[in-house]
Amino acid sequence: MNLGIMYKLWTSIYKEILLLTRDLGGLTILFVMPIALIITITLIQDSSFKSFSDSKITLLIVDNDKGLISESIFTGLQDQNLFDVIVKENEEEAKNLVFKGTYQIAIVIPENLSADLKIKIDQNVGGVLAEFGFEEETKTSTNKEVTSKEVRLYFDPALQHSFKASVKNGIDKMISKIETQSIYKAFQEQLSDEESDFSFNSESFISFKEIIPKLNDEEILPNSAQHNVPAATLFAIFFIIIPLSINLVKEKSQGTFVRLRTNPVSYITVLGGKTIVFLVVCLIQFVLMLLIGVYLFPVIGLPTLDVSGKIFLSIIVTLFAGLAAIGLGLLIGTVAKTQEQSAPFGATFVVVLAALGGVWIPVFLMPNFMQIISKLSPMNWGLNAFYDVFLRNAGFLEIFPEIMLLFLFFIITTLISIVYNNKKNAV
Amino acid sequence: MIQIQQLSKKYKGADEFSVSNLDLKIEEGEIFGILGPNGAGKTTLISMLCSLIQPTSGSFTISGLNYANNKRELKQLIGIVPQEYSLYPSLTAYENLHYFGSMYGLKGEQLKNSINNYLDKLGLSKFSNKKIEIFSGGMKRRINLIASILHQPKILFLDEPTVGVDVQSKNVIIDHLKELNQQGTTIVYTSHHLNEAEHFCSRVAIIDNGKIIVKGKPKDLIANRENAHNLEDVFIAFTGNELRDHV
Repeated sequence: MNLGIMYKLWTSIYKEILLLTRDLGGLTILFVMPIALIITITLIQDSSFKSFSDSKITLLIVDNDKGLISESIFTGLQDQNLFDVIVKENEEEAKNLVFKGTYQIAIVIPENLSADLKIKIDQNVGGVLAEFGFEEETKTSTNKEVTSKEVRLYFDPALQHSFKASVKNGIDKMISKIETQSIYKAFQEQLSDEESDFSFNSESFISFKEIIPKLNDEEILPNSAQHNVPAATLFAIFFIIIPLSINLVKEKSQGTFVRLRTNPVSYITVLGGKTIVFLVVCLIQFVLMLLIGVYLFPVIGLPTLDVSGKIFLSIIVTLFAGLAAIGLGLLIGTVAKTQEQSAPFGATFVVVLAALGGVWIPVFLMPNFMQIISKLSPMNWGLNAFYDVFLRNAGFLEIFPEIMLLFLFFIITTLISIVYNNKKNAV
Repeated sequence: MIQIQQLSKKYKGADEFSVSNLDLKIEEGEIFGILGPNGAGKTTLISMLCSLIQPTSGSFTISGLNYANNKRELKQLIGIVPQEYSLYPSLTAYENLHYFGSMYGLKGEQLKNSINNYLDKLGLSKFSNKKIEIFSGGMKRRINLIASILHQPKILFLDEPTVGVDVQSKNVIIDHLKELNQQGTTIVYTSHHLNEAEHFCSRVAIIDNGKIIVKGKPKDLIANRENAHNLEDVFIAFTGNELRDHV
């Protein structure tokens, strides 16, 4: 690059800095809005990463059984530390309170559940033992016919499906455990005699352990800060599409673009000035986000963002995500004729890209065809690269494919802008 | 200085040519006025000469340089004063001029002196550090002119440089253009102010429907036309009285 071009690029950068710093409202939007976004989203989503101990859900229980099983359910719910349990006498009342949204969940335990379950298990155990020739010793209590029982659950209709499913699974697991323990107990009663100390070990044989990624032998525990700071940073970075496209449209409406076309300066130099300045804006946004994650979050009760060993790679991701966003902004600004076209389109498009990229809803929860489309969103590449750095302890080689995609996106969108601009001016 | 041969322009989707097979020669040191009713093809002609739009056919050279092969050199050679203000409203007069001057490769003391010199000559020195957005129309016109002449172009194209300004500003602009011309700058200018053109231009061409109807020195055109007392009479005689509403 010769000195003449470098000089023109430098003065273009200086001009862009002046234009940006003279627009205090625009600057505020660029830096304050992402900060507000990151704090709000992290505060909201933090509860899903914490145990529910800080925010228990009130659950209604209607105990028509009043036996050992209902007692076990009651104790099990309290032991889980997820719920504040309120006992109601009437199913109809509990149903109305939940359907109105006063409470979110109600459990109705049917009449004679404990007694009938014991009879059913005793009958089954007796039957099994009889098959093995223990007929004489079998202590079958009765031959009474018992029907299967139904524990009824009521959910507030406004509850999200995923939350309902997790509560249902939790309760189902608890009831299964109680049932299993009852079966063990029945066998033990049938088989034990006064001389024997034999007892079943009813503790679960199979258990689960989540293996968490480690860095220097320390577990990297994901928290809301590690999830939200990258997502919100990426959202903020892509939000510069709006001021950048408006900047370009203004050049056209003010007539300065016509003047520049008559000047001995190339469109690439003009765009270069904008690219460098807005890239610096992206970096400042990123640094602000980091500072908030590290210093402000702990003060307001949120988990601290862990940046140890991640700063260099996260800056690399920021630079390439910034380039992708700038490429898109240049393209929208080149194609749009008015601010009325560029601003709403840019804002909506960022939200669409964010949704597609998995910023709001994880990509794996999307329908198959949306997952395919998601792979085309530059925000998906950026978010994956950020998650690789912040959550997966990845190195440069792991993020290389994603940052290359982001760079390619920048090159393609910028080239389209230049070609489109040349074609449009060759009227 | 400017040699135009069979220059034509037809916009995409248009039925007719905006400029049609136009031949013209503008000599060095002239103040040449391109006059015509709305839609006659004046701006299209100037836009082609300033390389803002490409001709459909024909060619032109400026100082012997062909547009197609010497785009960068030609841009360095010419200056254009667009009809719009073409300035950044949130930047000061000095910042605007510094930026546009640097686009011509001017820098350092040379650029600074050039800016201060022109601001002084056009009566804007004390407003140098004020933002353009608070300037009056006449002040913006003068800054618009300075932004185009900082690099001392050999040829200056002006598209209605005095439209919408007060008499004082207009006089300052015209006087300065005359001074530039005396220093060797060739001026090509379009205007609807026929009285201004009559006194300012050394030669004019009246164009209509993309063609030159008549050209010559204003005095000669007036003298050669029966019952014509001024350039406006000549203009009406050649272009008629009918409205030229054009979309």
